Amino acid sequence: MKRKYFATPYIIWIVGFTVLPLIAIGASALTGDDGAFTWDNVLAIAEPINRQALFFSLAIAFGCTILCILLAYPAALFLKNFRFQRKGFTIFLLVLPMWMNFILRILAWQMILSKNGILNFLLAKFGASPLAISNTWIALMIGMVYDFLPYMILPIFNAISDIDEDLIEAARDLGAGGGEVFRKVIFPLSVPGMLSGIVMVFVPAMTSFVIADILGGGKLQLIGNIIEQEFMKSMNWHLGAGLSISLMVLVLVGLAFTLRNDMEDGGTAIW
Amino acid sequence: MGTNEKERDILELRNISKSFDGKKVLDDLSLSIGRNEFITLLGPSGCGKSTTLRIIGGFVRPDEGAVFFEGRDITNLAAEKRNVNTVFQKYSLFPHMNVEENIAFGLKLKKKSRAYIQDKIRYALKLVNLEGYEKRNTTALSGGQQQRIAIARAIVNEPEILLLDEPLGALDLKLRHDMQQELIRIKKEVGITFIYVTHDQEEALTMSDRIVVMNKGIIQQMGTSKSIYDEPQNAFVADFIGKSNIIDGVMPQDRVVEIRGVKIPCVDEGFAARESVDVVIRPEDLEIRPESEGFFAGQVVSVLFKGAYYEIKVRTESYEWVSQSVSAPPVGARVGLYVLPDNIQIMHKPKSEDAEIIRE
Repeated sequence: MKRKYFATPYIIWIVGFTVLPLIAIGASALTGDDGAFTWDNVLAIAEPINRQALFFSLAIAFGCTILCILLAYPAALFLKNFRFQRKGFTIFLLVLPMWMNFILRILAWQMILSKNGILNFLLAKFGASPLAISNTWIALMIGMVYDFLPYMILPIFNAISDIDEDLIEAARDLGAGGGEVFRKVIFPLSVPGMLSGIVMVFVPAMTSFVIADILGGGKLQLIGNIIEQEFMKSMNWHLGAGLSISLMVLVLVGLAFTLRNDMEDGGTAIW
Repeated sequence: MGTNEKERDILELRNISKSFDGKKVLDDLSLSIGRNEFITLLGPSGCGKSTTLRIIGGFVRPDEGAVFFEGRDITNLAAEKRNVNTVFQKYSLFPHMNVEENIAFGLKLKKKSRAYIQDKIRYALKLVNLEGYEKRNTTALSGGQQQRIAIARAIVNEPEILLLDEPLGALDLKLRHDMQQELIRIKKEVGITFIYVTHDQEEALTMSDRIVVMNKGIIQQMGTSKSIYDEPQNAFVADFIGKSNIIDGVMPQDRVVEIRGVKIPCVDEGFAARESVDVVIRPEDLEIRPESEGFFAGQVVSVLFKGAYYEIKVRTESYEWVSQSVSAPPVGARVGLYVLPDNIQIMHKPKSEDAEIIRE
């Protein structure tokens, strides 16, 4: 059983960077300033200001996920059917922005969308009236969709690419036209990819705060912003940890529910 | 071809040519297929047999020529509109559907009633000996079972023609033999035309009413199993259908062939004087005799036990011969090789480089 030793670095990693921090957060969340046990920090999520931020985050994350699916699915289909030799290169171009600093990319959107930004400059050129979307939820949504879209395209593209061409031929052989092939074969077989995409987009969208900070101009309060403020401004780590734990549990429960539902519907067994 | 015969034909390929990336895969191929026939397209990989099947299925458009189904031109008809169904080599069952849903796929598209579909599923599963498998997950089935489901899925649509693209290629030998018998039985029961593609000559000989031997996009020979085996028309067919001894010869006169200076009686006539020919002798027709009694003398270089017979290789000055026999001389023995006149096939040399024979 010498092989066991190979796992050691990973175990150290998991213990050091996942298990211990979780315990620390949990301990912090379940104690007050006096060090005594309390549920208050965890239950603080139900307070009006926190609850409002939570619902706003849910709405934004939900909308962002839907928009990403709507944009990513046709893109993935298009990439798959691309007869063009440089398919790999096109995907590389898609991924390339992800290698640039995330803050920089969001700052670029701030410049594009701001009152005297590039968008309004171009609109003025064409004689259109300027748009006041800077520091609104629309700006936040644009930034989030821009940032998370590749995480939706890639898994859907992979799932579609993995569909054996023979299955499509078999469907046609059995009498399915183009639309039926899509509805009965391509779409159902792409669902696992879409679920991965949903997890990779919804969860970060739900918990992020930097995009809201920059594109919301401090006016938009996602639950992530509130947690950040508890840690960085109010220095109330117990409350911040409590809200974090609540958020994590809510997200886990929500995902478990969504993914299990899919399995019962006769979807895929991948989860 | 008479009118009566025309009426019997269900499918006709007329002067089909097809190239992929400038490489000619099918070259002016014409073929008529009769109703209820079990016809096999046989040839090595790249001979154009699968492309022919895909043209019939509607997945490939020919560059030239036309496909007629019951006298109607279907060359440009989409695959989904053709009354033919395909059994694919890799089964291609839908992984997100169970056995029942796979079989019902085509019938649901045709908006058949639930009762009709249920009846058909039961009938088809019985036909392929998988009763009670309705709710099974297809990915949990063995290769042989998956292929049976694929056959059931095609058959329920009541196609006029069933196309089978090397359907047993992925199965092991024992299972392949069982499935050959199954397919013959299914063919008899449903009474439709089977067009079967394989590179396995034994499979073709066992199952087919008629075999079409193809090489390099050209039909080399068409006929019953027996006629193709016994009377190969060229060295390619002789070599591809079973092991053969193929050697250069000339015809000094009718009913005599000369191989390396040795004159041997045969039954073929009508060749030009001293025409160069290919001489084909089946291993089972090459007899091993005492050294003095054969046309050629040589030394036994190997003896392989093959179960029902021995495969014996004998090296003579000019050639390494293969013989099959129920008894075997020891390796290293000097022996004579003899063949009856009836068992020699003489063939014209191929004219073009394209039809060049394959030699081991």
